[in-house]
Amino acid sequence: MTMFLSNLISGISLGSVYAIIALGYTMVYGIAKMLNFAHGDVIMVGAYICFCCLYNLGLPPAVGVLASMAVCTLLGILIERLAYKPLRQATSLAVLITAIGMSYFLQNLAQMIWGANPKSFQTVIPAGSLTLMGGELKISYVSMVTIAASVVVMVALSLFVGRSKMGRAMRCVSEDKGAAQLMGVNVDLTISVTFAIGSALAAIAGVLMCSAYPTLKPTTGSMPGIKAFTAAVFGGIGSIPGAMVGGILLGVIEILGRAYVSSELGDAFVFAVLILVLLVRPTGLLGKKIQEKV
Amino acid sequence: MSENKCLLQVENLNVYYGSIHAIKGVSFQVNEGEIVTLIGANGAGKSTTLNTIAGLMKPKTGTVTFEGKVISGMTANRIVPLGMALCPEGRRIFQHMTVRENLEMGAYSRPKSEIEDSIAQVFERFPRLKERRRQIAGTLSGGEQQMLAMSRALMSKPKLMMLDEPSMGLAPILVDQIFDIIKELHASGTTILLVEQNARKALQIADRAYVLETGNITLSGTGTALASSEDVKKAYLGG
Repeated sequence: MTMFLSNLISGISLGSVYAIIALGYTMVYGIAKMLNFAHGDVIMVGAYICFCCLYNLGLPPAVGVLASMAVCTLLGILIERLAYKPLRQATSLAVLITAIGMSYFLQNLAQMIWGANPKSFQTVIPAGSLTLMGGELKISYVSMVTIAASVVVMVALSLFVGRSKMGRAMRCVSEDKGAAQLMGVNVDLTISVTFAIGSALAAIAGVLMCSAYPTLKPTTGSMPGIKAFTAAVFGGIGSIPGAMVGGILLGVIEILGRAYVSSELGDAFVFAVLILVLLVRPTGLLGKKIQEKV
Repeated sequence: MSENKCLLQVENLNVYYGSIHAIKGVSFQVNEGEIVTLIGANGAGKSTTLNTIAGLMKPKTGTVTFEGKVISGMTANRIVPLGMALCPEGRRIFQHMTVRENLEMGAYSRPKSEIEDSIAQVFERFPRLKERRRQIAGTLSGGEQQMLAMSRALMSKPKLMMLDEPSMGLAPILVDQIFDIIKELHASGTTILLVEQNARKALQIADRAYVLETGNITLSGTGTALASSEDVKKAYLGG
């Protein structure tokens, strides 16, 4: 029982990271109608920036996290302006291939700057764990901070999208760009803000992930990126609550699958679940589907 | 014809969809306080003209002047605050938002403090929308959606309201209602540029009208003059 609980908690913790990354995918998809496959690599850049701040510059962890968020925010805006904005009217395949190209570009750039050898990430969260149930159940501080951070991120993002003026503009742009413009919404600005938020979240995810799994190399972002994309589709791409639910479920499935079925097939489970869900519900768990009235 | 000053002037407008020349040198004007209608068959370029004026599309050449200010080439979001609203074809309300949120979006470019009053005015005019203010807009009936779309456009307090096929797909009784609303709007001081398939009704309420055929203006005159013109009768009023 305690074994199960302990696995469940690591699953939720891993899933929280997926959820934070998936939010970036789903927001960008919802608003710019594109799959930003370079999103996973922004996570890696975020982790490297934090690494440099802590290891090379000796700055406190909080400064490292903030710096990595700031750099990723700028990076996200820059990627959109330089690579995707000129293709706003192009076919979706052209945009997709550009995104894949951007992903390789970021990986190679990281390799040039930081080298191909893995770095050992210095965690920003104190090591150790909370012991419960008479010493039988241990919850690491990393897990606790990860889960808490993701809750904060989700609540803040839901409030922002649901209540703020910019959030409302984002929902309008995601539904109908032209109609949003006719209301006076600046679509370009809205898309930039979306990329900025998604990338800042990616930075947080990068730091959290590398605190739990402390190996950092230029390809660090690709697997979690793909899994988070899976989580976004699983939850219903374009849906913010969907990304949250999809991410957490995926993390739990992965860890439980590794623990109870086969540790080698953990990744395969993730994708098997995706296939099953899409067979039953093609729009994902919380995907939107409203019949249009004429 | 009124002696009022010119509110909207379109001069020699040329618009392309890729290589297709959709609007071929169209010129017309709308004076303050008028109802002007553009009539024409499907594909004549009526919606393209409105979308270009509103800034959703860019003209290749030609100018659009609104209150003496050249607005062609500006994006739609910068034109709205100048006092021009387009209620687009197919309504295009935000299906996943509530009725109230749709109205609030209509006032996006206005200060927050003024929004409540305008919403109260809309609810007074359309009690139906008040009843359904918390309802998701996509679940409204076609007529209610059209009322919401028009109210949403009004929320920006436009001097010029452009309406693109407001009666499309509605039952005859609702069509009458929509035209009554347009007359009311006009009476309360809003200048109207109306695009309609229902040429008979549009000409009835219009001060002036233009006939658009495959990207060219072929006829123009007062609403009553065009309604009695043989060519217009044959082509648009069913003989």
